[in-house]
Amino acid sequence: MNRIRRAIAIALAIGIVKPLAALAAWNKEAFGAKTAGDALKSLGIGNAAPSKDLAIDAPEIAENGAVVPIEISSAIPGTTALIVVADNNPFPLIARFDFKEGALPFVKVNVKMGETSDVRVLAEAGGKHYVATKEVKVTIGGCGG
Amino acid sequence: MPGPMKMRATLGQGFTDVRVLMTHPMETGQRKDSDGKLVPLHFIQNLTVKVNGKPVVEAQISQAVSRNPVFSFRLKGGAKGDKIEVSWLDNQGETNSTEAAVA
Repeated sequence: MNRIRRAIAIALAIGIVKPLAALAAWNKEAFGAKTAGDALKSLGIGNAAPSKDLAIDAPEIAENGAVVPIEISSAIPGTTALIVVADNNPFPLIARFDFKEGALPFVKVNVKMGETSDVRVLAEAGGKHYVATKEVKVTIGGCGG
Repeated sequence: MPGPMKMRATLGQGFTDVRVLMTHPMETGQRKDSDGKLVPLHFIQNLTVKVNGKPVVEAQISQAVSRNPVFSFRLKGGAKGDKIEVSWLDNQGETNSTEAAVA
């Protein structure tokens, strides 16, 4: 009896713990959201205070929406995460970076933008959220073909 | 079959600059091939940066990151010879990683 119970426990552990771990690793709901508001809600972000300590370096006009260079950094003490959202993309949430001890809240990456849009960068610091916005004009979209 | 990765880690003023390139199509699922068929979603979802075996950056990304992504990260302090490891996992279960020492 004990052996059967243990076998069931192991089966449950394999079957259930794994999907849960995968869920934590990639937030399917947030990345599948079609509006920026829904995406942020799925990430547990409600109100975010505008902050001048959040920097977004992105071109004002991007000629090619398939490659829009953005550089983001936070000077807010205790920043543990940076989130990038392009409001008008089909799936607005682009990335979430979690920084642990040893990393600076800084990322540079190229992203795709379907059309002209506000790019919002949010920071998480000490349980609070901060936001900065920059509009990027896109002349040729980068989501289709 | 995942393509090659390239990484360079250099000491800056009080920080270490890590630049990493991944070879990946980052398909959005909206592009059509020459036969007019949709190319299925295929993109990197998770990215981990480790320093001497300790994770320092964990990223979740979407298909809106450009093809053959290049990321720059900055690490506090750092010393020559520190071992940097970057690994990724995509939505089709493919994975790859690369290692470099801080120069």
